[in-house]
Amino acid sequence: MSDLKELAKKLESLDDKIISCMKCGLCQPVCPIFNSTMQEADVARGKLALIDNLSKHILTDANALAEKLERCLLCGSCQASCPPGVKIIDIFIEAREVVFGYVGLSIIKKFIFRQMLAKTWFFNTAMRIGAPLSRIVFWKTNKDHGTYSAPLLSPIIGKRHVRPLPLTPLHVAVGEMDTEAGSSGIKVAFFAGCVGDKMYVDMSKACLKVLDHHGVGVYMPKTFPCCGLPAIVSGDVDGVLKQLKPSLDLLMKGEFDYLITPCGSCTATLKEFWPKYAPRLSKEYGEYAEGLEHKVMDINAFLINVLKVESKPTKPNAVKVTYHDSCHLRKSLGVISEPRQVIGLSGEYEFIEMANAEKCCGSGGSFSLAYHDISVDIGMRKRLDVAESGADIVAMGCPACMIQIEDILSQKGDKVRVKHTIELYAESLDK
Amino acid sequence: MSIEALAKDIAKIIGKENVLTSDADRQSYSYDSAVLEPIIPAMVVRPTEVEQLGLLTKRFYEAGVPMTVRGAGTNLSGGTIPDSTDSVVILTNSLNKVLEINEEDLYAVVETGVVTSVLAAAAAKKNLFYPPDPGSQSISTIGGNIAENAGGLRGLKYGVTKDYVMGIEFFDAEGEFIKSGSRTVKCVTGYNLAGLMVQSEGTLGVISKAILKLVPPPKASKAMMAVFDDLIKASEAVAAIIAAHVVPCTMEFLDNTTIVMVDDYTKIGLPRDAAAILLIELDGHKAQVEDEANTTIEVLKKCGATNVVLAKDPAEKLKLWEARRMALPVLARAKPTTVLEDATVPRSRIPDMMRGIDSISKKYNLTIGTFGHAGDGNLHPTILCDKRDKAEFHKVEEAIDELFDIALKLDGTLSGEHGIGTAKAKWMEKETSKGTILFSKKLRKALDPKSLLNPTKQVNMYE
Repeated sequence: MSDLKELAKKLESLDDKIISCMKCGLCQPVCPIFNSTMQEADVARGKLALIDNLSKHILTDANALAEKLERCLLCGSCQASCPPGVKIIDIFIEAREVVFGYVGLSIIKKFIFRQMLAKTWFFNTAMRIGAPLSRIVFWKTNKDHGTYSAPLLSPIIGKRHVRPLPLTPLHVAVGEMDTEAGSSGIKVAFFAGCVGDKMYVDMSKACLKVLDHHGVGVYMPKTFPCCGLPAIVSGDVDGVLKQLKPSLDLLMKGEFDYLITPCGSCTATLKEFWPKYAPRLSKEYGEYAEGLEHKVMDINAFLINVLKVESKPTKPNAVKVTYHDSCHLRKSLGVISEPRQVIGLSGEYEFIEMANAEKCCGSGGSFSLAYHDISVDIGMRKRLDVAESGADIVAMGCPACMIQIEDILSQKGDKVRVKHTIELYAESLDK
Repeated sequence: MSIEALAKDIAKIIGKENVLTSDADRQSYSYDSAVLEPIIPAMVVRPTEVEQLGLLTKRFYEAGVPMTVRGAGTNLSGGTIPDSTDSVVILTNSLNKVLEINEEDLYAVVETGVVTSVLAAAAAKKNLFYPPDPGSQSISTIGGNIAENAGGLRGLKYGVTKDYVMGIEFFDAEGEFIKSGSRTVKCVTGYNLAGLMVQSEGTLGVISKAILKLVPPPKASKAMMAVFDDLIKASEAVAAIIAAHVVPCTMEFLDNTTIVMVDDYTKIGLPRDAAAILLIELDGHKAQVEDEANTTIEVLKKCGATNVVLAKDPAEKLKLWEARRMALPVLARAKPTTVLEDATVPRSRIPDMMRGIDSISKKYNLTIGTFGHAGDGNLHPTILCDKRDKAEFHKVEEAIDELFDIALKLDGTLSGEHGIGTAKAKWMEKETSKGTILFSKKLRKALDPKSLLNPTKQVNMYE
């Protein structure tokens, strides 16, 4: 597609959804990007107007629209507070597919989405070689967080503080699993996600420990490809489908009652996007993904709503823990109280609600690389709220948020530690 | 001077990152919340210090460029839509410092771009209260509130923005600095220019700072819902409560169309056959609130309320208000286009107004949900339509014409709180007089000889 007219025509199909925007501006106060840049084109109202303008030939600069569309965390805050309920995220994702398709995807992105993230052997091998090599270029930065910075890699990751890649990823440390349902009578498929497999391996192990503790059988193939979210938000349908097919093939081979992930973003993708994209593979895949929709569940929600784990009274001198809402958990999936309840399950932790817990941390996957300054600016606001809460630990239910918040706190030398809610619960099981 | 050259010049004053000239950026300042056609400005500038407002105004005036000042762009009458494609939009949302909250003298000093709810929160932190609460308070700026004289739910008891303006600093069309009012309760130094700036819709000057009155917050509050099977009874109840010397802080009204639509959507169990419900909140001292609640309930029953529900705790109060909170969102979801009007009548004429709205709805076959501030007669008939349907939208325009005719016949006004802008400019003379239009024009011509400040708003200086 190289014709601007054709692009406009494709965007015209979004008109029925965009027309409901009453331009009230209620997306402004909740938009993390707008609050950082104060520019109308960065908020949903502005972006919707620009998409509409391109479809009506008022705007003729597709690259400009692509850039504006990219300046979005897809956190869904706008959609959650939109009076007429405009399906903003759907519109943005569809527009990204069409507009990014028109302006062209970078060769690097094409390679990452269609090759690396789609082919597990490729990604796994690359990371196995990369992990020990990364020890050479990463210098330990912050003892409290165990984070490193890599000045030599600054063109790619900037001055970020990240955890080193573990030498043994989950698929090597644990490998395939197919255990029968225990005392709970329930069996789940466990989808660790890329970060859960390759970076926060301890977090994934904690999940498996908790499932085992509650007598839940686990089906886990050696590794899944990426859930597809990075390719979806980049509008690369080809990449999405290349990642989705092997995932569905693996799941079709297993038997399970629920499909559980410890990652808010993966859960939202499996539940909301897979059924939308799978029909493009075939009718059979489409039906299977639609059937999965009701089985997909966040692990916090699973503990509270399915296993109905009951909480113990809070012990005196319990460690103070606050909670950060992952946008996907809260705004896409409506998982709000469950992670907070998980913190309180063991009685070892005292839950403290922090101000603005629902506000985005500024991670947004590759957004934090492309727009690092904005991402840090948003993250720094989160840091202030964390600090003000007086908590010793900030817990969350999404590894992508963990990377961002760990980076921000580490940069500033804060002592507050970052944990997944399930890690806290798993640690308490030993006490 | 070409616009490119002017942009370069301006960049020297405010930095080039604050001069927006790309197509995409300019297009995103071509609209506000009004259902009107967008107009794309030639340039958008974003000063980061209040003093720059004066320098910019002076520069644009010399260059003969029309100026539209924009806070958050939430007004409903087109006041922040540029007048022409030669216009420049001056953004104030980066001028957002709360400069002072004074606990001894009960005032706040803020820059023009401070968001209303941010000021309210800053005041609340010091246990003070800034009452004006327009529907867009989480977005709208104080400068915009003053320029539009924004109202809100608390108008009946606490008044509107104009009742809180103690002083204003602004720049005139040529960039001269002007100061009016002070930090004192009393101040008669010179003309009341601060008062003149209120609801001037960006036509007389560019507001830079404001001194605003704060009040002690009420210590207690109580909320209740009254159900009526007859509009006239509901309206009589509103008047009777006030006649009994009870002034509720809010007294909101929902008509049957709105009740049914909200209940369909939320399933919160509203009385679906009710002709109207009134949501009333009383605030003040605890004993006074108790006392007034009893009086109110008595009056409501005497006036024929079929049911009165009193909220027992904050959770119940929140639930009662859910119906009102959801009114606009639910109406807005029903059809692609939501035309929110605010024709206002003396509160005793609400039944006549409602009958009028009903007959318009039938005559033009349009769905109109009406809710709003019954206590001050400020109703929001909300017309649900699809502006892409040209024939239907023409009917909507005719319906609005008729709506205003009825409001004026009932001694009401075109606009209680949304402003005139360009949306209602053509009806101005009908409510006022030819002399009023001429006076406004002469005033503006004297202060802004080139007619560059929001020239087509309120009265069109190009005509």
